[in-house]
Amino acid sequence: MTSALGKDLLALEPLTPDQIRLILDTAEPFKEISERAIKKVPALRGSTIVNLFFEASTRTRISFEFAEKRLSADTVNVAASGSSVQKGETLVDTARNLEAMRIDMVVIRHGASGAAHFLAQRIESNVINAGDGMHEHPTQGLLDLLTLRDHFGSLDGRRVCIVGDVLHSRVARSNIWGLQKLGAEVAVCGPRSLLPWGIDDFGVTVFRRVEEAIEWAEALNILRLQLERMTAGYIPSLREYNRVFGISRERLDRAPHDILILHPGPMNRGVEIDSDVADGPHSVILDQVTNGVAVRMAVLYLLAGGRPELAEAAKGGGER
Amino acid sequence: MPTKQTTILDARAMDRTLRRMADELVELNGGTDDLILVGIQRRGVQLAERLARTIKEREGSEVPRGALDITLYRDDLQTVGPRPVVGPTDLPWELEGKRVVIVDDVLYTGRTVRAALDELADFGRPARIELAVLVDRGGRELPIHADVVGKRIDVAPGGRVDVMVSELDGRDAVVLVPGGDDE
Repeated sequence: MTSALGKDLLALEPLTPDQIRLILDTAEPFKEISERAIKKVPALRGSTIVNLFFEASTRTRISFEFAEKRLSADTVNVAASGSSVQKGETLVDTARNLEAMRIDMVVIRHGASGAAHFLAQRIESNVINAGDGMHEHPTQGLLDLLTLRDHFGSLDGRRVCIVGDVLHSRVARSNIWGLQKLGAEVAVCGPRSLLPWGIDDFGVTVFRRVEEAIEWAEALNILRLQLERMTAGYIPSLREYNRVFGISRERLDRAPHDILILHPGPMNRGVEIDSDVADGPHSVILDQVTNGVAVRMAVLYLLAGGRPELAEAAKGGGER
Repeated sequence: MPTKQTTILDARAMDRTLRRMADELVELNGGTDDLILVGIQRRGVQLAERLARTIKEREGSEVPRGALDITLYRDDLQTVGPRPVVGPTDLPWELEGKRVVIVDDVLYTGRTVRAALDELADFGRPARIELAVLVDRGGRELPIHADVVGKRIDVAPGGRVDVMVSELDGRDAVVLVPGGDDE
């Protein structure tokens, strides 16, 4: 183990509840840094981080970049288009070439499930998964956990329902693992065609009707309907999806209690979520974005640590 | 855990020392105008609180307090790995033109203070920065000295000085833990 988290952050599934809590607890003081006039601390000074994005991303990439810069790391962004990836270079060759330039960390977003894992086994730098195919998006899961924890204090026994396209969603998988590890009860709700095969093995409640989910849940994590993946006829039409599964003010008004609204973004307003819900009083969608920077700072910071034998020698050290 | 501990200050002695330190701070600054006490996480924060309380009793004026966690400004992250828990930094004051007193429990190598000076510089430009420590144990590795010192003792490099405050540790005391394998 090179740090409390190991070398890489690839998924939430293999983490222990204590490791997840450590990340969330570490993220807490990082929030304040982003409120300062000078939003920068020197913790990662001299570290070089490559953001390797093989898929389009605005929020996640910018969030990582802010996190890296606010910790004083030097960062380079590599997008698939406009790089040698377009000329047919393999993932490993790209990464090894970067590593030959003496980098310390790679943040990778890739369309193939397992890409981050594959890379982590082949290079010495720390690898952070920023979303791999339909597998996991651990930092999104963590920022959702942090946002929920900010609101509820503890996740123990809280009822959270993930609504929508669970099938294609790496956010859903990271959420399910993370929430369950912190003691929350998790449900999913969506059209049968958009729930993964074997969903029952995840240990979640499955709601067929969104009204039932709303009656049960204390928080809804509303997933984006991934329009770019909707070529295979999963749903009859966007309008019908909105009518049956869209989260609207009217539906929420019928709930027995207030429901916290989360959405990982980008939102399709009028499809999976109506505007008056997204902008409503119980929406924490922008808090999620703010927390995203803090959580990513925490992950970078925790992975950045040096050699364990020195850490052991210096335990309790410092000014004593 | 080490075998033999010596108490350097018990609760009453520590209280007396802190009161004297508060008086010295007011004297050094010619009053309490523009004064801000900034405690270093963790125990410096509680000590700053005590100093402010005494100043309030004596001078009748409320001195603003802040808290500084210097973990992210340490110079040894790359070699020793991250400290697991980063504490909150809370410095909601404009530092421009103020007299800032850094308050810490033990002054040893001076590296914590170096980090605190760097961090303060990111918050603003005080007119003056001073340092008040409960214990100065010697062993400096940087050209740093304290303006107000509660107790000066020479401790061999293997030894450790533990400051306990009732808010966190259940009692007030300063103890010397002689050479173990720590530090």
